[in-house]
Amino acid sequence: MPDAPGLELIAQGIEEGHEGTVIETSFEHGRASLVVNPEHILHALTWLRDTPEQGYRFLSSLHAADYLPATPRFAVHYELLSRERVERINVKALLENPAGADGEEESLPELDSCVELFPTAEYQEREAYDFFGIVFTGHPDLRRILMPEDYVGWPQRRDFPIGGEPVLFTHNEIEAPRWFE
Amino acid sequence: MADELLRDEADVTERGLDPRTEDPSSPLADQLQELSERELEGPGLEPEQEILTINMGPHHPATHGVLRLIVTLQGERVIDLKPVMGYLHTGIEKNCEDKSYWKVIPFVERMDYLSYFFQMEAFCGCVERLVGLEIPPRAKYLRVIHMELDRIMSHLVWLGTTALDLGAVSLLWYCFRERDTILDLFEMSSGQRMHTRYFQVGGVFEDIPVGFEAKLRDFCALMPDRVSQYEALLDRNEIFLQRTRDIGLIPRERLLELGVTGPLLRAAGEPWDLRKVDPYLCYGDFDFKIPVGTVGDGYDRYRVRLQEMRESVRIIEQALDGLPEGPWIADDRKYVLPPREELATSMEALIHHFKLVTEGFRVPPSELYYAVESPRGELGCFVLADGSSKPARVHFRDPSFVNLQCFRDMSVGGYIADFIQNLGMLDPIIGGVDR
Amino acid sequence: MEVERESLRARQLRARDLLRGDLEGKDLEEYVEERLLTTTLEHALNWGRANALFPLTFGLACCAIEMISMVTSRYDIARFGAEAFRASPRQADMIILSGRVSVKMAPVIRRVYDQMLEPKWVIAMGACSSSGGMFANYAVVQGADKFMPVDIHVPGCPPRAEALLHGFNKLQRLVRGQPDLGWRQRYNAVGTEEWARFEAGEPTAEALERAAAAIRSADEGEGGHA
Repeated sequence: MPDAPGLELIAQGIEEGHEGTVIETSFEHGRASLVVNPEHILHALTWLRDTPEQGYRFLSSLHAADYLPATPRFAVHYELLSRERVERINVKALLENPAGADGEEESLPELDSCVELFPTAEYQEREAYDFFGIVFTGHPDLRRILMPEDYVGWPQRRDFPIGGEPVLFTHNEIEAPRWFE
Repeated sequence: MADELLRDEADVTERGLDPRTEDPSSPLADQLQELSERELEGPGLEPEQEILTINMGPHHPATHGVLRLIVTLQGERVIDLKPVMGYLHTGIEKNCEDKSYWKVIPFVERMDYLSYFFQMEAFCGCVERLVGLEIPPRAKYLRVIHMELDRIMSHLVWLGTTALDLGAVSLLWYCFRERDTILDLFEMSSGQRMHTRYFQVGGVFEDIPVGFEAKLRDFCALMPDRVSQYEALLDRNEIFLQRTRDIGLIPRERLLELGVTGPLLRAAGEPWDLRKVDPYLCYGDFDFKIPVGTVGDGYDRYRVRLQEMRESVRIIEQALDGLPEGPWIADDRKYVLPPREELATSMEALIHHFKLVTEGFRVPPSELYYAVESPRGELGCFVLADGSSKPARVHFRDPSFVNLQCFRDMSVGGYIADFIQNLGMLDPIIGGVDR
Repeated sequence: MEVERESLRARQLRARDLLRGDLEGKDLEEYVEERLLTTTLEHALNWGRANALFPLTFGLACCAIEMISMVTSRYDIARFGAEAFRASPRQADMIILSGRVSVKMAPVIRRVYDQMLEPKWVIAMGACSSSGGMFANYAVVQGADKFMPVDIHVPGCPPRAEALLHGFNKLQRLVRGQPDLGWRQRYNAVGTEEWARFEAGEPTAEALERAAAAIRSADEGEGGHA
């Protein structure tokens, strides 16, 4: 992992020419993490990938998390890996849930898609869309991947109910039409 | 549209042909007509050049699990391929948010159902790093032994089922015979053949019983011969060679772009194995090699996996030789149950036990991503802790899910039979793809 | 039926008498009864069905691996005659639901089950297909018997191959014990007929009555047709 001073240097490098990209850096449990402004996420990723000394060319994982009740609510994590130096860095883009418009159309948080930079992100962005409703603009084929195509709702958001049914015991057994008799 | 037509398939003879398609004035017939006209709109396609889209549905003997493939064919050549996943989606990650950290372990081990020890290690390792818990050396060695046994077992199942797909049916029986020996060992150490829940946060759940080491040594003595037998069956088999040589080639750079790891990447010539480049647990103590292929076709993938089985046996032997004495789980009572003898005498131990069993331990708010090398590639676990006794988010970066992206690149341009072989050599486990 | 352990000599004499045609009447009847299996046609059919069940290859998740290991040499389902796993539902008469049934997969399973021909049986292997297992959430159907009839539930997560074999043996006894019934008669499922008999939309009252009458007449011994 890049150590804490190395992380500061990276943050400075990204900031050059694009002020306001890096919001925060943090270093805990041996893991370097950059919190990046979602508008400039592509610049940050491109810088990390293309700068010769950095060379984080492998995207290990792209996943989203819901930090409810904290705001901003959503975060998209990019786990980057530099294979030459075996170093990992985490880039986080925090997204607000846009206030629900009046009417049925719920507006979804948006982020630029990094499929051109890292083709491996294709399925993983679809998964983040499927489960959290985060729209990746520029994704070639953004649709649900694991839930049925016509499913309504974003299952892994924290306010989505877990589902399932209560276990039937004698005390809460409901009279279901007993079709086998 | 097609769905309604197909629903009554059992009764076609009684009902006769559907009037909606036969009657030329109905809108459905119009749509079908348009569709066939569009297909012929090109430069006057001959019947042999017609494009056919078939659905290899989720229930299919050759897709390894419930994977649906929409294949566009021209003759026998694959032009396009779209995998449709989700038929085994179990919502494990969502379920984990509802359960205390201990209870998450049986959930996550059922994701990729052939590499359960790796999933347990990814999750337990992540949580241990989050709370800063050191696991004792004996636990590390025991974890490595079980993980390498799991790797051998996963490769055996892969070999058996892929050989079955390619027609070498007898290998299924041979491989599962070895697999049953490994499962006997798992049963000795944990009581359960599959989904053993053997790893615990802090170490392993229980020490290995008395006869385990002897039986494991017998297995290690037996296994290399057996691998040689499998090689003797397939290595120079003309049919196998014709079906796998130079099939499913993808350049190494493309594989890296697509995020592919594991035996697929190693077969293409990239010596990338998390056990060697970024040793976790105690892999640094062992002397083993990483098999790397040259061309990256199906044959190389097969050779890489067979060789990995041999290397795993070597690791297990070294681990057995160097197995340290000592506790098999950490001592920190905040995260690990105290030994039962103490419960009768020590009040503190009783309180710890009570808290751990009812509520579970709390993890301070933080997040971490931790990756291990599973038989299919890089298996990563992301845990977001919010200070309570339940994780706020558990996400697994599953290797089968990411590797599936290269399936299209591998198969386009080849024959159907080739893409069946590609799917086999890709070794997807749909439980991991769908989670 | 117990065969008395007569002495070897006595048996030899009897055999000689039989060959010579000297055994008659009651002796002959006894001799034949002791040695031949007499049965009705139905019993014979059911015995044949039970000992030659063709399972459908239907592995969903982890239980599928245990199902495969039941096929392989240690647990060997071939000794019960069921090693011929067919891939096509039209050729299979038993489906083993091995694994968790997800919401997306349920209609597919139902369609595959419908494509199987009568008589057909279902084993729900493992906790997940019997009752949703450990996954009480939005994505798993809480038990396959929410949408299809299940004959045998085998508990376990995953059940050992021997447990599945035990369930399989129970299914064999079920098959042998019952006369030929389609599942609609077995479960008295009036009103579950689908598709073709109804012209459009909801089943009408007369159509339901027709279906009920058909079930009742089949019940009276015409044999099962759905």
